[in-house]
Parts: sequence; C-alpha cells; structure tokens
Amino acid sequence: MTSTLKLAARNLLRYRRRTLLTALLIMLGVLALLLFVAAAGSFKQTMVGSITDSMLGHLQVHRKGYTQSIDNLPLNLNLQPNAVGKIELALKADPDVAAYSLRVKLGAMFSNFTENTSIRLNGVDPAAEDAAVPALRQRINDGDKTGPLVAPGKVLIPTLIARGMKVNVGDNVVLVVTNASGSVNGKNFVVGGILDGVTGPGGRDGYIHIDDARELLRMDKPEVMEVAVCLKSLKSLSAVQQRLNAALGEIRNKEGKPATELHLWSDLSPFANIVKMIDLMTLFIRIMLIAIVLVSVMNVMLMAVYERIREIGTLAAIGTQPGKLMAIFLSEGLLLGIVGAAAGIALSYALVGYLNLNPVVFAFGREQITLRPVLELVEVGGVLILAVVVSALASLQPAWRAARMDPIQALRHV
Amino acid sequence: MPLIRAENITKNYRVGDMEVPALKGVSFEIGEGAFAAFVGPSGSGKSTLLNLLGCLDHPTSGTLTVNGTDIATLSRSAAASFRGEHLGFIFQDFNLVPVLSVYENIEYPLLMVRGWSPEKRRERVLKVIDAVGMNEQAHKRPDQISGGQKQRVAVARALVGEPKLVLADEPTANLDHDTAYRILGLMKTMRDNFGTSFIFSTHDPKIMGEAELTFTLEDGRLVQEGGAA
Ligand SMILES: Nc1ncnc2c1ncn2[C@@H]1O[C@H](COP(=O)(O)OP(=O)(O)OP(=O)(O)O)[C@@H](O)[C@H]1O
Ligand SMILES: [Mg+2]
Repeated sequence: MTSTLKLAARNLLRYRRRTLLTALLIMLGVLALLLFVAAAGSFKQTMVGSITDSMLGHLQVHRKGYTQSIDNLPLNLNLQPNAVGKIELALKADPDVAAYSLRVKLGAMFSNFTENTSIRLNGVDPAAEDAAVPALRQRINDGDKTGPLVAPGKVLIPTLIARGMKVNVGDNVVLVVTNASGSVNGKNFVVGGILDGVTGPGGRDGYIHIDDARELLRMDKPEVMEVAVCLKSLKSLSAVQQRLNAALGEIRNKEGKPATELHLWSDLSPFANIVKMIDLMTLFIRIMLIAIVLVSVMNVMLMAVYERIREIGTLAAIGTQPGKLMAIFLSEGLLLGIVGAAAGIALSYALVGYLNLNPVVFAFGREQITLRPVLELVEVGGVLILAVVVSALASLQPAWRAARMDPIQALRHV
Repeated sequence: MPLIRAENITKNYRVGDMEVPALKGVSFEIGEGAFAAFVGPSGSGKSTLLNLLGCLDHPTSGTLTVNGTDIATLSRSAAASFRGEHLGFIFQDFNLVPVLSVYENIEYPLLMVRGWSPEKRRERVLKVIDAVGMNEQAHKRPDQISGGQKQRVAVARALVGEPKLVLADEPTANLDHDTAYRILGLMKTMRDNFGTSFIFSTHDPKIMGEAELTFTLEDGRLVQEGGAA
C-alpha cells in the first residue's frame, strides 16, 4: 500500500509542472467553494439574524388571512382574546420557544404640526418585544437605548420619517388613527428614539406602547394582530412549526375552519429568496468543482497512461497483476486530487482566519454587514470526500486501460 | 524432465481478415541450466517464440510446458502469476522504471509481485546487486547510469526472484560490442552461480557464438539445432 503510494508520488513528481498546475487548479476550485460557502454562510447568518432578531421573530401567528393583506394593515382581521389565550398557552407549553410578543399593528397619520406623513406602527409590550426581538434595541441610533423599549406616550420612529419630517428625539408629534368603525382619533406622543431601517417588510415601522395603540384604536377588548415568536435555536424551527401547527389547528372560527395561520420568518421576508439564490450558487460552484477535478485529473491520468505504455508493458511482463497496475494508477489520480484539495482546504483555513482578524464590512441595503466567515467541518469533510470520489472516478478509466493492456503490444509501443 | 518442452507449436497472427503464420510447427526441448539462443533472420519468429515461452501470448496450436506447467492456455492473471513466480525478463531497451533507483528497480518484483517482507527483500536484493557489480550505483536513477549498467540492473531484476528461466529478446542489440560481450558473460556467470536457464535471441553471429545451444529459425520453422562452438 505505502509502496504503491510512494510510486504514485514519484510518478507525479516526474512531471512536476503538470502536476503542480493540476493541483493548483483543484486547489483554486476548492478555495473558491470553501470561501464562498464560508462567506455566504456568514452573510446569511447575519442577515437572517438581523431580520429575525430585530423585527420578525422566527415565526409569527396571525388571524387567518391577515398576512395576505398585511400591506394595508387591516383592522378587522384581529386575533380575539379567546384565541390569543390559546396561542399563548401553546407557546408557553413549547420547550423550544424562548419568548413571544403580542403586537397591535396599525397605520397612522404622523404629524409634526406642520406636515403629515403616514406611518406603520407596532403597538407592543416593551418587555415582551425586547425578549422576542432582542436586537430591535440595537437599531435605536438616537435616543435611550437602556430604558424600556418604548414607554407609554413615546414613539420610536424610523430614520426615514425622522429625516423627512425633521423631527428629533424629544420632539412632540401627533398620531392620528382611523379605527375599525371609521372614527378618527388622535394622541400626542414624544419621539423616544429613532430606528435604523432593516431590509424587508416591517423594516421601516415605528413602535408605540400596546396600551397607546389600543387606546388610539378604541379597542374595547385586548385584541392582537400579530404574535412574534422567538425560538431558543433556529435549528428547532421546523419541529416547533409542526408542534404549533398541530396546537393552533385546534383554534377554529365559527365555520369550524382553522382561525389562525402560522408563518416562518422565511415565508415573510423576501430575503429567503436571496438565501435560496445563495444556496443555488453554492450548488453551481460545487458542480464546477466536480467538473474541474474530474477533467483535470482525468486529463493527467490519460496522459500518464499514454506516456508510460512501455513501462506498463514491462511491469505487466515481469508479473505485476492487472489489479496491482490498476491500483498504481488509481492511487496516482487519487493522490493528485487529494493533494490539490488538501492544499485548497489549508489555504481556505488560512484565508478565513485572516478574514476573521481583518473583517470585511460591506453595506447590504441599509445594513452594515461584517463578514465573520466560518469553515464548517461538515463542509470541509464534504469537499475532501468529493475530491476523493471524483478523482477516483476520473482515474478509473485510465487505470483500467493500463490494467487491460496487452504486454506485448505495450512493450512494442514507441 | 526438461525445463521446456515444445511440441508442434504454431502461431498465427490475425491481420485484418488474414491469418499470418509466424510459427509453423516448432518442436524442441531445453533442459535446466541451459544457455541457449534463438537465431535467424528478421521476421523468422524469434520474438514470437520467446513471447510464447514467456506466457505473454498463447500459441495457436501445439503443447508448451515450462517447468512442468502447461502454459499454452493460462488465463491472464494465472499467466501473470506464472511469470512473477518462475520467469525473469531482460529487454532490448533495458526498460527500467525511471522513477525508481537501481536498488528499487531490482527490488520491484519482490515488493510488488511477490510481496516479500522487507528483511527478505533486502537480503536478496543486496545479493544480486553485488553479483552484477552495481552496489556502488544502488541509489542512482536509471538516467544516471550507462546502457551497459542499465542492462546489468535488468539482469539483476530478472534474477532477483530466483526464477527457473530468464528470457531475453535481443538483450544486446542496443549495446556496443564490448559491452554486449560483458553482459553475455555476466548472464553466463549468473547461470553458473544461480543455476538459472537463459534463453536469448539475437541476429548478431558473434553474439550467437556465446550460446551453448542454438536454435536457428527460418520463416517460422526450426531449421537447425545444435551446440555452437
Ligand atoms: N502482432 C503481430 N501481428 C501481425 N504479425 C506479426 C505480429 N508480430 C509478429 N508478426 C509477424 O510474425 C512474423 C515473425 O515475427 P517476429 O517478431 O517473431 O520475428 P523476429 O524473428 O523476432 O524478427 P526480428 O529479428 O526482426 O525481431 C513476422 O512475419 C512478423 O511480421
Ligand atoms: Mg524480434
């Protein structure tokens, strides 16, 4: 075994430049794949994290049909107190649910006493919202970041409105709302903070206290438009989804149909499509890597067999078994693939290490993303297995040719 | 029992639709410890006959036994085993493995064909490398030694497994006269020391004279057999 490998290594070194170029090609392919996967993984994680932790939560419960018309922020598709109670029970019973926040969502007229604009608002319980979307607080770029998220009488407004309406923290503003029965109601607020926007729907919403929201809407019952749920870990997402679907399916409306709907963050954010695209690109790069290894190793091995026909004839004549000849050439191709892949992996680790020491920061939408690429062991192992399997496949035909060669004809070859 | 017994061997090559007869009924016997030569003009069938003896090809008809084994119909891998066990080969172009040192070339059959243990290999390689006078060059690569030295290494590689028979198709064709004589002398000494039979082919009349037994082929037939000199 070791002697076969030694022979393979010597033969690879015989054509140093060709071997080096091929190994280099494989190395670059591996590097491209691993770096892309590591960087895209970090990007995905950051983006998903910012979307879920500062805005959406990991999943959301609404009254059936609400998400379909969420753009209009309808006031007649609320979860009734009875249903909310059952939802809360189901959430509290689930071991993987970390926190949840009940939200009253509404559209309002925002006035600074000289100009008006429309604003989308979430009425939230500050403590619950803080627990369900802990990163929301980090989006406050001006105002009190340490106190309660939003106190009664205060409003958090998105940067765009603050800038457009020229209002600052501490300014008085008026929010005017038309409620479900058509009557208009207004209330004075003080700007408590200004929020950085995030990508996706809801990324430019304002926040008020849930009691203020209900007062503005003149709600007589504690109805809720949205329940944002935070899980202990994203890994349990589909498990929780299944459990909650079962539990929430019990909540029926008067017609006996399910009264609620459950959505994952990925159903609610268009960034899920970007994630899908990234995954597709990863797949393409993987296919490219397979092609690179296959073509380059096969090319080298076909040449190697062709150049060494007389040598093969000699080895066969002096009694080398066909299987052994096959092993000699297979291990040559394998060694080439593995060395190239190993070099690529080593270089990837070095580059990823460097990128973590000198992070790349770039803007995506209105967010600053700091890449912290991580090489997952599964991914690295996968690349190694890919290199082994593909270079073995690539060497199979040339090795088979060598093993099947007729010694007399091979010896006569010039 | 003779080492080799050939009875009415024929060999036809297929070229397109045509059958080209290369051997037309050859019978002979060669005993143990022989130093024999196949001679004859170009195209007379010397290489064809050596290939048959070397289990590299099957005769079209006839029986062929080497060392008591009927080798006329051996399968591919059985033939490879037989060659590895009982035969040694020396080639016109030396055919050493370029990436292996002199020592490793000689060791190859024991390592890759026989699968001997390192101690056994070492003992045996050192013995033959000494016998052919190449210990000084043991670590050199084939491209660092002369043609005559390469053929010495080839002789050692052929002998290292202690075969019954060494076959050499034109072993001296690529060597100058003096060197050719020395290689033949070496082969004869090896025969004396190890008791291995040597059969070689040549069309050089002077080289032919070194053989103790010659078989003259002409157009696929054995036309003369006898002790030379
Ligand atoms: N593979 C083959 N296919 C067809 N014909 C062949 C083949 N090998 C040999 N022959 C023919 O068989 C005959 C004997 O060839 P062989 O090579 O045995 O002669 P030789 O005595 O070794 O000649 P040389 O001295 O030139 O080496 C020749 O007519 C040759 O053309
Ligand atoms: Mg010939």
